[in-house]
Amino acid sequence: MPTLEGIDLACIRGDRKLFSGVNFLLESGGLMQVQGPNGSGKTSLLRMLCGLASPAEGEIRWDGIQIRSLGGDYFGAMTYLGHLGGVKDDLTAIENLRISSALGGVDLDERKAHDALQHMGLGGRELLPAKVLSQGQRRRVTLARLLVCGTVLWILDEPLTALDTSAVKLVQGLIERHLEHGGMIVMTTHQEIEIAGAAIQRLQLT
Amino acid sequence: MFFWILRRDLLLAARRRSDVLTTLFFFIIVVSLFPLGVGPEMNMLRLMAPGVVWVAALLASMLSLGRMFSSDYLDGTLEQMLLSPQSLPLLVLGKALAHWLVTGVPLVLMAPVLGIQYDLTSDALLVLTASLLLGTPVLSLIGAIGAALTLGLRGGGVLVSLLVLPLYIPVLIFGAGAVEASTAGLGAGAHMSLLGAFLLASLVLAPWSTAVSLRISLE
Repeated sequence: MPTLEGIDLACIRGDRKLFSGVNFLLESGGLMQVQGPNGSGKTSLLRMLCGLASPAEGEIRWDGIQIRSLGGDYFGAMTYLGHLGGVKDDLTAIENLRISSALGGVDLDERKAHDALQHMGLGGRELLPAKVLSQGQRRRVTLARLLVCGTVLWILDEPLTALDTSAVKLVQGLIERHLEHGGMIVMTTHQEIEIAGAAIQRLQLT
Repeated sequence: MFFWILRRDLLLAARRRSDVLTTLFFFIIVVSLFPLGVGPEMNMLRLMAPGVVWVAALLASMLSLGRMFSSDYLDGTLEQMLLSPQSLPLLVLGKALAHWLVTGVPLVLMAPVLGIQYDLTSDALLVLTASLLLGTPVLSLIGAIGAALTLGLRGGGVLVSLLVLPLYIPVLIFGAGAVEASTAGLGAGAHMSLLGAFLLASLVLAPWSTAVSLRISLE
């Protein structure tokens, strides 16, 4: 089973050091919750972990190999949901889901996309353009990707914003099931989240 | 994957027709205003036609460059593209092709009709259309590099023109030159070959450098 490892990571924005000396080791079935006040570099850390940005110091290893040199192989094992959802206003919910999962390397047929959206509580709204959906519903469209992506590592940036309590429960269930199946998750959230039977590491950024 | 992106961009363009029409109308208006402004001097019009049509096509294509990546950048889709296990240059090629189909092809189709206003012979019209057919994809491909480099910058529109104009100029010279050469009886073969060479070179180099620029812009 693969591992995600961060060694002595540092992030510099302009001439300000956001964090330095961040170390962690995430193993299969593990959840790492990144905590810290606004502006402490949570999103920057997550962008580094998914390979969008490169760390100012230190390195990130997937299965012992630097993610830079893995390239596409790493992207194929990882799903990143940023706080921009990647939901296009002019496309319908189902088109949005099918295209974003195609980008992630999974060709999704109409039926499966329909089922995933149904599961996320968007039944009957699949054919509406995303611009008429509410914030929470758009978030659900984004999160539906988790149901179909089939990747080991999930990197989630504030997945619970704009969600109502039933959707939060739904996401909680998704996370629990993913961890049970040996997946790994790195996430940030300001809400308290109860995950049953999982080894939660907390990474505090100041 | 290439087809997914192509289909998506065409679908988006179909749902946002005003963006497409803006480019086309700009082209039509600029090309049609010249004969009105300059006056009905046939010989002069015939001489300036290729240049005017080509400059208008170039500006029209540049007008739409800003939209190529910016909406994907703003709603986070671009992040997904960069994190895709699929090859990024191929995705970029799909986007550039969609951009050409949406902005370039309508210009190519309109050019022979607009050329009539300049009293061009049918041979010259044919060469003009063919040169645009070879040249406009180059404009989209080169433009993609500029659009990727200026992503998320304020005043990116001005910067993108400064960046891509020097690269557009050879295409303009040989594109307009093809028509002039054919009316002068020299044959457009040489110019066309050069345009074809530009197309092949940009087909190979542009998607790759656009992909690198996108990674830099999003870091």
